[in-house]
Amino acid sequence: MERFTFPSPPPSPAAEALRAEVRAFLAGALANRTPLERSESWNGFDRDFSRKMGARGWLGMTWPKRYGGHERSAFERYVIVEETLAAGAPVLAHWIGDRQSGPTLLKFGTEEQKQTVLPRIAAGEAVFCIGMSEPDSGSDLAATRTKAARVDEGWRITGTKIWTTNAHRSNYMILFCRTSGTPADRHAGTSQLLIDLENTPGMTVRPIIDLAGQHHFNEVHFEDALVPAGALIGTEGEGWHQVMSELAFERSGPERFLSSIQLIVELIRALQESESDAARLAIGRLTAHLIVLRRLSRGVAAMLEAGANPSLHAAIVKDVGSIFEQSVPEIARTLVEAEPDKASTSDFNAVLANILLNAPSWSLRGGTREILRGIIARGLGLR
Amino acid sequence: MSETASLLADAATRLFEEHLDEDAIRRAAKGAWLVDAWTAIEAMGLPLALLSEDRGGFGVDPSEALALLRVAGFYGCPLPVGETMLANRVLANAGLPLSDGAAAIVPAGAGAALSREGNRWRLAGTAARVPWSETIGTLLVETAGPEGRHVVRLAKGQWRTTETAANVAGHRRDTIAFDGVVDAVSPFNRDLLLGSAALGTILIAGALDRVLELTVDHVNERVQFGRALAKFQAVQHECAEIAGEVAAAGAAADIAADGLGRPADAARLAIASAKLRAGEAVGRAVGFAHQLHGAIGFTAEHRLHLFTTALWAWREEHRGHGYWAKLIGDAALAAGPDGFWPLVTEA
Repeated sequence: MERFTFPSPPPSPAAEALRAEVRAFLAGALANRTPLERSESWNGFDRDFSRKMGARGWLGMTWPKRYGGHERSAFERYVIVEETLAAGAPVLAHWIGDRQSGPTLLKFGTEEQKQTVLPRIAAGEAVFCIGMSEPDSGSDLAATRTKAARVDEGWRITGTKIWTTNAHRSNYMILFCRTSGTPADRHAGTSQLLIDLENTPGMTVRPIIDLAGQHHFNEVHFEDALVPAGALIGTEGEGWHQVMSELAFERSGPERFLSSIQLIVELIRALQESESDAARLAIGRLTAHLIVLRRLSRGVAAMLEAGANPSLHAAIVKDVGSIFEQSVPEIARTLVEAEPDKASTSDFNAVLANILLNAPSWSLRGGTREILRGIIARGLGLR
Repeated sequence: MSETASLLADAATRLFEEHLDEDAIRRAAKGAWLVDAWTAIEAMGLPLALLSEDRGGFGVDPSEALALLRVAGFYGCPLPVGETMLANRVLANAGLPLSDGAAAIVPAGAGAALSREGNRWRLAGTAARVPWSETIGTLLVETAGPEGRHVVRLAKGQWRTTETAANVAGHRRDTIAFDGVVDAVSPFNRDLLLGSAALGTILIAGALDRVLELTVDHVNERVQFGRALAKFQAVQHECAEIAGEVAAAGAAADIAADGLGRPADAARLAIASAKLRAGEAVGRAVGFAHQLHGAIGFTAEHRLHLFTTALWAWREEHRGHGYWAKLIGDAALAAGPDGFWPLVTEA
């Protein structure tokens, strides 16, 4: 049996120097952000904030300078990511592009795609969404039906993507689709296309409102939508391989265990003067879990920095991390008596409501718990 | 990992493979001291692993030396290798003679008092749950009183065993008493409970690695309903849960190893968190491991329990969940809402 080892993150003085800088910036930029707003975690959307991050050189940090990047280490990027999350900054406008779409283009994209799009992501200008799930293929991504046919003018796309976070306010989508064969061919015949959402006739975006009343999800319909030949990312037919590489970026970061950190902060605020031993024990336990998860996650950053493939490790961090972050509201309610209510004037009650309403999604998005455990089981040699 | 560290890990693996086979672990579980294994451990120089090379150490990073302890855990090592490593480091730094054979550690607060007697020191008290008190050669006692924090080295004959007992794995844990004039005393600015907890965390991570491996082997080999258990999705997912807990314990062990190289006050929160998390990993991972082994894993004949009972014992040693959780909780509440995240990143 292969033993999973997570490398130790080396000390990075550059990253720690950056931490002080980003904390000072966030203290000013987020001074008026309420606890409820902070509890949006990475679902807070603010193009101005993302442009400010870009202007400071904090997006596309590890990418080559010729594509607008800053050639800094994975550890420095990690500091930016965790500090913005911990502070509850509105990061969604740059989140997906910086985390996974940009790295996918960098790895597989054409020179033209890299030159035109990457600098815009790094500047906080280009907002991305991901076209993976479909009505009939959510976790079963290989069953994708959306089809792109090669024509003289480029590609004609027909099909429907669903649960597409942010499609209604994105500039680009990376579309996973079938360029040959049928869903029965599974992984073979799939490709990725770069879709310019502002210039693609035949594409419509419809909102899907979630149980919290929020509009993050969309259904994106392509009806003979035409995109140019240069939209192909990487190699035709290699889409599956490329998507698996992308998912490692999607699953490995601290957003997989920090989603409910604002509720921990409010819990501490509520219990600060408490003499209760139960409160101390519970908060101590949550803190210990957080410290250890952070170590695991920084181990993944060390793998990324070393150019290793962290797919399996990322699946473990996300699985253990989502159990932790979903446990927080359950523990909080045993310590502070409060009715969840987003409209409450009590920050605790409002944050509790927002966390409760969003928590079910944490073990669904980016690969369900069941899919992750299947990946881990394969890594253990069980399947 | 440096080349030397990799060679050392291989050597330690061979040593434990040979001397801590199932038969040896079973004898230890009946309270026996494993003479041959300890002799081999000393011959390899493991008790000196945390010392500098000129004092008998291996010349590797402390974290690499501590990786050997994780190997010991993988083999369910019942002997106080970690305690002796730590005792020797403390003794060497204090300028006191190194341990004579295996050592045990009595941290401050456990019931020992150091007092002035003329221009000499008197140490009096008792200590419970001391490993193999009739076999070890040296006892390192930490005291914290009006005179400040000290360590005292007791040689064989300076304590007496008042009661013999065992932990849930069957390893000897005795009650001892001591009262007498002592010479080998040194002021001390570290924290033996913290150090012991860090070592215990590493040992736990190693044994959990083994529990995962035993479980994966079992579900691959055992056939029911015409196929290997490993082919059932419910089984795969429980194995994946063990893997998650084992990964967390491994990260905890790495935190603990780093912590041993830092001043006690700086490392306290990190080591406390590591110890707590590893203890919790034991509960979940061992629960799934026994479930997946079925009835055979519940028998005395099957070796699984040699590791799981040791894990249940080790996670309560060097203080249990409540002690560490309260310590961390106090720190988090003292940091307050604005100081909480900086507390986490500085841990």
